[in-house]
Order: sequence, then C-alpha cells, then structure tokens
Amino acid sequence: MSAQISKEPLIRVIKRAERPPRQVTMLRALALVLAIVAGGVFILCLGYNPISIYGTILSGAFRSTMAVQATVKIMIPLLISSLGVTLAFKMKFWNIGAEGQIIAGAILASYFALYHDTWNHWVLVGVMFLAGAIGGGLWGLIPALCKVKWNTNETLFTLMLNYIALYVVDYLRDGPWKDPGSQGFPKIARFSKNAMLDKVLGIQMGWIIALILVVVLYIYLRYTKQGYEISVVGESSPTAKYAVMNVRKIILRTMFLSGAVCGIAGMVQATGSDITLTENVAGGVGFTAIIVAWLAQLNPITIAIVSFLFSVLEKGSSVVQSSFGLSTDCADVLQAIILFFVLGCEFFIRYGFVVRKKGGAS
Amino acid sequence: MDLFIKFLVAAVLAGTPLLFGTAGEIVSEKVGHLNLGVEGMMSIGACAGFMAGYYSDSFLIALIAAALGGALGALVYGVLTVTFMANQNVTGLTLTIFGIGLSNFIGVYALSFSPNGTLKLPEGITAHMRSIHIPGLSDLPIVGELLFSYNPFVYLGVVLAIALSFYLSRTKTGLNVQAIGENPAAADAAGIRVIRWKYINILLGGAICGIGGAYCSMIINSGVWISNCVGGLGWISVALVIFAGWKPANAIYGSLIFGALRVLKYYVPKSYVNVPVAVYDMLPFLITALVLVVSSMHKSKGVNIPASLGLNYYREER
Repeated sequence: MSAQISKEPLIRVIKRAERPPRQVTMLRALALVLAIVAGGVFILCLGYNPISIYGTILSGAFRSTMAVQATVKIMIPLLISSLGVTLAFKMKFWNIGAEGQIIAGAILASYFALYHDTWNHWVLVGVMFLAGAIGGGLWGLIPALCKVKWNTNETLFTLMLNYIALYVVDYLRDGPWKDPGSQGFPKIARFSKNAMLDKVLGIQMGWIIALILVVVLYIYLRYTKQGYEISVVGESSPTAKYAVMNVRKIILRTMFLSGAVCGIAGMVQATGSDITLTENVAGGVGFTAIIVAWLAQLNPITIAIVSFLFSVLEKGSSVVQSSFGLSTDCADVLQAIILFFVLGCEFFIRYGFVVRKKGGAS
Repeated sequence: MDLFIKFLVAAVLAGTPLLFGTAGEIVSEKVGHLNLGVEGMMSIGACAGFMAGYYSDSFLIALIAAALGGALGALVYGVLTVTFMANQNVTGLTLTIFGIGLSNFIGVYALSFSPNGTLKLPEGITAHMRSIHIPGLSDLPIVGELLFSYNPFVYLGVVLAIALSFYLSRTKTGLNVQAIGENPAAADAAGIRVIRWKYINILLGGAICGIGGAYCSMIINSGVWISNCVGGLGWISVALVIFAGWKPANAIYGSLIFGALRVLKYYVPKSYVNVPVAVYDMLPFLITALVLVVSSMHKSKGVNIPASLGLNYYREER
C-alpha cells in the first residue's frame, strides 16, 4: 500500500504557462472541427451522408432573401439574451433564468400592446421597450436579492422562476387576457398593427436593437467602472470587498441589468415576431443563450458571431427537417456537442501533461 | 375517502420519476459534483429504455438500456468536470440540452420507420409494467390499494433509495464518498481514491436518473412515445435534493409530496376551491422556490450540503 502511494503516477496534470493567443485560437478551432466531425459520425450512423446534411444546413439558411431574413429573425432573441446572461456570468452569478426573464419582459410589454394600443406608435414602442426591460429586470432582481441577503442558491432559484413565469403566461391566457374573439379557444389576442415593431430591410427592427446592445455592452463591460466592478466581483468577492466595493449593490445592479436585457429580448420577440404573447415566447432560447455566451468567452462581439452561426444551424436544420425528415432537434444536439468539445479543449489550454520519467522520479 | 385514496395512489405514481432523479442527483452531489444534467440524463434514459423495450420486448433489457443511457450521459459530464475540470454548471446544462435534443431527435427518427405513425411498446413488455398483484395482500381494503397496487418501478425506487441511504451513511465506502464531497484534498491525503469514486458515483447517479427517465417514457404515457416526455421532472428533482437535505431516504417522502402537488388539480373538487389550472401547475415550482429561500435563511441549523459542491478538484493544488 505504502509503495503504491509513494510511486509517482504515470501521467501527471500540471498547470502550464499561458499559451500564445495563436495557439489558443488554433486549439479552439480544432475543437470546433472535432465537434463537427463527431456530429458527422452521428449522422453517418443514422444512414445519411453528413456532407449533404451539413450542406443543406448551410444552403438552407442562405438560399434566398427570405431564408436569410428568417435566420436573422431567429438570431434576434438569441443574441439579446446571450448578452443578458453574459452580464451575470461575468460576475460568476449563475443566472440560468434567462428563459423566465424573457417571459417576464414579454408579459409586461404585452400589457401595453394589448391595452394601450391607441397611444402614439413611437410612444407605445418606447413604453413597451421600457416595460420589457423592467419586467425582465425585476424578475432577475428577485434571486439577486435572496442571494445577497441569505446566500440563496441562484442556479436553482432562477430555474424555478422560469417555470413560474411560464405558468403566469398560462394563467393570463386562460383567464384575464383570454381573447374574447377566439370562440373559447384559450389564446391571447393578436396585437394591433400599432403595437407591432416596424420592419427594417424586411426584418423586424429587433436586429437593430440587438446590434446596438452588442456595442453598448462591449463598452460597458470593457471601459466603464461598473463593468470593471463586475469582473472584480466575478474573480474574487473578497478582493472586491478589500477594494471597498459595495459587493451587494454590484450584484443587485448587475442582475437587474442582466434580467433587463433578457426582458428586452422577450419584448422584441413578442411584439416583433410573434405579434402576440404565447407560452413559447422564450422557447428554450434562454438556455441556448448560455451555450452561446460561454462559447463566446463572454465577449459581446464574439457573441454576435456565435449567435449568428447558431441561428444558421437552427434555420438550416428546419430545412433538413423538410427535405430529409430529420427532426430540428439536431440543431440542439450539434450545439451541445460543439460546447462539449470546446469545454474539453479549455483543459488543454490551461493544463499540460507530464509523463513519469523512466524508473520513477524521487 | 375513496377519492382521497385515489389521490394518494396518483401522488405516488407521479412522484416516482422524481424519486429516481433526486436519488441519482444526491449520489452525484455527495462527491461534490452538482450535475444540472439530470433532465438530460433522464431524457437519454427515457429514449434508450423505450427504444430497447420497443425492439426487444423485454422489460429487463429496457431497464438496463435506460440505466446505461443515463450513465453514458453522466460519463460525458464526468470526463469534462472530473478529468478536464470544466465548469460544472455549464457542463450540466449543456448535457441537459444535449440529452433532450438527442432523445427527441431519435424519437422522430424511429417514428419515421413506424408503419402507423406512432411508437407503442409491445404487449409482452407492457404486461411487466402493469401494477403488481399479490393475491391476498393486494385485495386488502385501502392498504392493498395504497401499498400493493403499483408498477415495479415504484418498489424499485423505494428499495433503491433505502439502499443508497444505507450505502452512504452505514458503509465505509459511503462514508469515504461523503468525505470526498466535504473535502477532497483531505480525503485524498487519507488514501481515498478521489477520482475513482467521483467517477463511480457520478455514473451511478446517471444510471439511476436514466431509470427515472424510462418511467417517464414507458409508464406515464402508457407506453406511447411522446417527445419531451421528461418535461421538467429532472429540474424538479435537482431542487428536491435540497428539499430532501441530501438524504436519499428523505427523497421518498419529498417526491411523494411533489407528486401530490403535480396531481392535485385533478382531485380538488371545483365546487370547493376554484383556482385556475395554471396555479396548480405552478405550485411545485413555487414551493420549491420557497423551500430554497427558507432553507437558505436558516443556513446555520444543520445543513448537509457537501462543502465542496460545485468545486472541481485539482490534485496538484492541495
């Protein structure tokens, strides 16, 4: 027994000096390629030609102006909510409640779309935008308050709030907001034209909001005092306290903003794409957003690129569905495989292996 | 009274998948690994179990396939978080998205080969899944219905939870495992094989979750394949771990209570309480959230949360 313990293991893991940025990029690219190969092997096992499936995904997303517009339309809520979760994740606050925050924002914005649709169009759009942000922000503030007060586990709490928000929509749909003109079928009425977001280049203007948010968040996280505070709290809460930062205030403020950005995603989806409020207003986007944010290393510019690529995957896989009969779920599977490989590759960026010398050292 | 008995029976049936999910997650959390992939592992188990049952017509093979499917999902999680030290939250969440996507995808794929557009388990296997009938015992009034009228999964779940409870707190291995969850470095220094037991527990937890998934696909929809059949039960299980205080035996009544909440809407007479259906659907999640907050308020009073939960162990940094 003692001989076993004193023996050095055959392979040891050691922390390595930082790799040069080029090597890091190469490793990540390699992970991506491996993920695509792994997905291809899976497709092959099902008896299809991976190249023709991947080809269909790409061509499906770009085959016509309409297809490109549809791809962008998918990207809008994904991009915005990825930016939202990034704020919380930078602080190492595990907000997996984007789904609920999207819904909360959509609910509050829908109230104005349904009951104040006679207002001046631009006033209404402005109010709905604010309502979305406030709805999502407050929904994000609840777990943050409990976190700073009682150290409540935010991962599980935000998760439960997702379902609670979802059933609030169900409640509104079945009761107070039920469309009287739907002959008893439980649904919420379609918004009037006045409450719809305008189109720019044939796509709802949410894409402009999304791109503006990318720039704003890039600057906010990188060049402002508040952005700096977020990273310090994320790296080490004691350090932040030592630097006389008000950690509680930073957590509350950041989670409000994180929820608010997700809420905007909900408002944009409801008033720009769905033109009504349904329980599918978030439809899993809040979870995919976490994959996107993590893949993009929490960098807003990279998030824009990754969420566009993911939207290509989503749109393309709907074409794969219609031409091969394979389910659109393959987009989710591929996205997850990509993140699995990238998560694995992070290890090789930070650590290296040492093989035991012959005969064993010491 | 009759209605109340029916309600309790329904609560047990609705709580069983939660019992598996919770027990599986406890086993994993005991070695310090918060696996948010329960929903995903259950989905993989649901799909593997159903498909194996569909093609083999054997209940045992279906069970084994479900356990293996869940364990395979857990293996991905284990490799990434134990060996590659990736972030546990993100890895688990990705596993959930992967598992749900994969099982729905395979379901649709299998449906395309089905002659009548549905997938239904064959007769031979459904016979095994029916409620047991013990002559004499099952015929007893009330007791017979309450205790001896369930499908085999229910008994398997209870036995498993008790066995795990024994394993964790009464065997030397179990105590070693708990030590890993509290302080892996100290456990390592004491000669406990930290990495090995982390893998064993994570895989075991995945296998148990997988069986819970099989319950969702094989029992809940009476043997007909439906996409998204796990439908959030995995997430409730993750929360139930806290409710159960990291004790598998407590998970038995915890899952019973949450099962009761899930079926409450069918048994409360409308004439007494007229609450919208959405409120009933929300209840399990609302109460879980309240439990979370309340239990965090009383942090000082004996909580069993493994001290190293969520933190990866890097041996060279002891």
